[in-house]
Amino acid sequence: PVLLLEPVPQNPGPQNEYDLLVIGGGSGGLACAKEAAQFGRKVAVLDYVEPSPQGTKWGLGGTCVNVGCIPKKLMHQAALLGSALKDAQHYGWNIAQPVHHTWSLMAQAVQNYVKSLNWGHRVQLQDKKVKYFNMKGSFSDPYTIRGLTKAGKEVSCCVISAILPVCSQIAGALEYGITSDDLFWLKKSPGKTLVVGASYVSLECAGFLTGIGLDTTVMMRSIPLRGFDQQMASLVTEHMESYGTKFLKRCFPTKVEKLESNRLQVTWKNTDLGTEETDSFDTVMWAVGRAPDTEALNLEAVGVKTNSETGKIVVDASEATSVPHIYAIGDITEGRPELTPTAIAAGKLLAQRLFGQSSELMDYDNVPTTVFTPLEYGCVGLSEEMAVRCYGSDNIEVYHAYYKPLEFTVAERDATQCYMKVVCLREREQRILGLHFIGPNAGEVIQGFALGIKCGATYPQLMKTIGIHPTCAEEITKLHITKRSGLDATVTGC
Amino acid sequence: MTVWLFLCKSFIITKLKEAAKYEKKVMVLDFVTPTPLGNSWGLGGTCVNVGCIPKKLMHQAALLGQALEDSRKFGWQFTEEVKHNWMTMTESVQNYIGSLNWGYRVALREKKVTYENAYGEFVGPHTVKATNKRGVEKLYTAERFLIATGERPRYLGIPGDKEYCISSDDLFSLPYCPGKTLVVGASYVALECAGFLAGLGLDVTVMVRSILLRGFDQDIANKIGEYMEGHGINFIREFVPIKVEQIEEGTPGRLKVIAKSTKGNQIIEGEYNTVLLAIGRDSCTRKIGLDKVGVQINEKTGKIPVNDEEQTNVPYIYAVGDILQDKLELTPVAIQAGRLLVQRLYAGATSKCDYVNVPTTVFTPLEYGACGYSEETAVEKFGEENIEVYHSHFWPLEWTVPSRDNNKCYAKIICNIQDNERVIGFHVLGPNAGEVTQGFAAAIKCGMTKEQLDSTIGIHPVCAEVCV
Repeated sequence: PVLLLEPVPQNPGPQNEYDLLVIGGGSGGLACAKEAAQFGRKVAVLDYVEPSPQGTKWGLGGTCVNVGCIPKKLMHQAALLGSALKDAQHYGWNIAQPVHHTWSLMAQAVQNYVKSLNWGHRVQLQDKKVKYFNMKGSFSDPYTIRGLTKAGKEVSCCVISAILPVCSQIAGALEYGITSDDLFWLKKSPGKTLVVGASYVSLECAGFLTGIGLDTTVMMRSIPLRGFDQQMASLVTEHMESYGTKFLKRCFPTKVEKLESNRLQVTWKNTDLGTEETDSFDTVMWAVGRAPDTEALNLEAVGVKTNSETGKIVVDASEATSVPHIYAIGDITEGRPELTPTAIAAGKLLAQRLFGQSSELMDYDNVPTTVFTPLEYGCVGLSEEMAVRCYGSDNIEVYHAYYKPLEFTVAERDATQCYMKVVCLREREQRILGLHFIGPNAGEVIQGFALGIKCGATYPQLMKTIGIHPTCAEEITKLHITKRSGLDATVTGC
Repeated sequence: MTVWLFLCKSFIITKLKEAAKYEKKVMVLDFVTPTPLGNSWGLGGTCVNVGCIPKKLMHQAALLGQALEDSRKFGWQFTEEVKHNWMTMTESVQNYIGSLNWGYRVALREKKVTYENAYGEFVGPHTVKATNKRGVEKLYTAERFLIATGERPRYLGIPGDKEYCISSDDLFSLPYCPGKTLVVGASYVALECAGFLAGLGLDVTVMVRSILLRGFDQDIANKIGEYMEGHGINFIREFVPIKVEQIEEGTPGRLKVIAKSTKGNQIIEGEYNTVLLAIGRDSCTRKIGLDKVGVQINEKTGKIPVNDEEQTNVPYIYAVGDILQDKLELTPVAIQAGRLLVQRLYAGATSKCDYVNVPTTVFTPLEYGACGYSEETAVEKFGEENIEVYHSHFWPLEWTVPSRDNNKCYAKIICNIQDNERVIGFHVLGPNAGEVTQGFAAAIKCGMTKEQLDSTIGIHPVCAEVCV
């Protein structure tokens, strides 16, 4: 999340020390700052991490690097390697089962890597002559930020804003629970864990915790992966269930208490059965959403409009806020995808528009993404329900297939949820509206197709593309059974 | 009267299912002439039995060996030394192949395609003789014929090659661990096999006459070779074997290989348990009576020239697959060509197989996915000043924690400056290269330009995002 101060495009005078002040040293902020510095501008970045309720802190780089994408994918990889160890036996490797996982070994390796990235970012800023301040502050007037270091010094710098995990409001939630901000920095294993939430954060974390051998439960109030294609979301959770993650569906917690043993006793309501249930866990992790910390910035004082419901900053197509020289990019902005690559791209383009000769706006359409659950889900474009809503079910065609990755055969792995579908317009050209894929390496599979969709790919063009054999991705170029036909969509043989 | 008669060593079921869909009477003749060492296999052709499928599975076994090592760094704990058991792997692989053979027979039956395990050859116009393994002969006539007989590995023509050496036709069902292996050749078959054998823990040497992966982008081919060398595979460059002798019989035995330099008179000797020849493949077109029906073949290569509708010079005889002249030797290409052919003949379709921008992947230890022009062919066709090459090394996130191979993965995109910087070549060297490349191949088919590439948002964190 980044808030940018952009004074007049002259040389910085005594009032304007910098051409650009970036608040927030995350994916978007750093990208924008470095790009602006390329144009020879005086740029400063303010980054400050308010410790989590449990006291966790981290370095420069933002959510992605420290408590998001990077450690998540590494821990996901650790879990995948656990499956690989099981597969390996079938392929002839003699390993004594069961194999055990040690949290601290993994955590240390991941944390060390993240720290190297923090360091790398600081070096990069230095190389590009971007000034970096590890401090927090708020707007004192539209052109000045009061910066407060730990010692409380006043500097004309900016305040950090953040988008933080939201904790539940119930009794005991804040004191005894952790969030994703803490999970990746735990020194000891979280043990038997309850993950509350149905977001991708919740499912991804629950997924890798299960994969490394921990007793893991997910508590969901209603549907999984809201906003994503719901058929795919169901396949994801079905797979997790067969993988060993427990689910408490249509439940919500009512209180968290600490037991003498130091374990946590969680009580919840089951809305289907109308009953109250309880169980004890070593760790309770809240993954019920993320919200911006815009209050701390004192945005109201300078007139930057935010969405009253979400608290996010309202921006236009050029990332401008309601105050002309203040811009915002990344997770903190209303209505934008909360993804690192979009923040980075938006940041770079913004810098190019402000200081370069460019007028190119960020294109937020057809942004691909991947959910790194044990069986990964990659997608680009519209979900099936969104396509139906926009065009009507008579005007769209969905081609789909259940397939089995070759590597699963010898490993005797269940491929029940390995599935893909392409949603197209039915009219003559048959333009592709959305592509959805569940299977191994979903991100790798989807990336190139996202590019194709950016080029306006049609179903016939997809069919003309020859497959690479043997891969999972090739099945996309062979999709030919429609949902409408009702025929069996299982891919057979070679 | 049978309408369609397929002569297959390579079998492509989709084509047959396609023809049968239009209620034509279809028959397939498939026969595997045993290898010099006596090896044979079931229905499905090279891909299923001695190509893509077992290759990828054994490649996966090797990758899992690497995964085992990585997993320690990610917190998994188990005994120090883990050994690989060749028989366990081979049995699993062969069982899976057996299930595919069976699956094809069932599918053919369901579609009412007549199948005979017999060697087919033309004896006269519209007539084929089928000889089964007991020597019983039958004659069949048909309105149309499709030749899809595929290829078999070539031998060196030196003393001891057929008696003591194996080929890819033997490797995937070898009933004993090959041990210390010499792989002769620099094709993708040679490098893929050498790669997984080394990954399983075997001592592997590759003997190369000149360059690696002829026909592929040479910059990448060299990177692949370097990577393999860096991972313990020995390369003997610019030598060819001239004699193979048996020192000791056994499973495996011990063989002595004498080789001569291509650049002088130097002779070297080496001892190996197994010698795997991967020096090329020859089309199975010379002994199927093509002369009796007047089908022209390229006398030198044995390949069959066809028009853009897969038709030979004899109007009622068609051909698809590896035996085609100037076409790619890939399963998906054969499948696509065959399916479209049948649709054109019986469903009034007009689509022809698009042989341009066909993607492929070499499953070496560091995988290589490619679509379109290599850098050198692009330079040759368009001129160096008219192309722009964008490239980058990258380090997969998953390799950071185990501190593995920083700066070995690589991606490059070749653009045609004169055509709006259209992407004409895509190359990626890294894990899951096939999965990565597939989508980019679709985008290339849509005519993507560098600008569109740049404006596509990456998925984070994956390897493929380095390409956008």
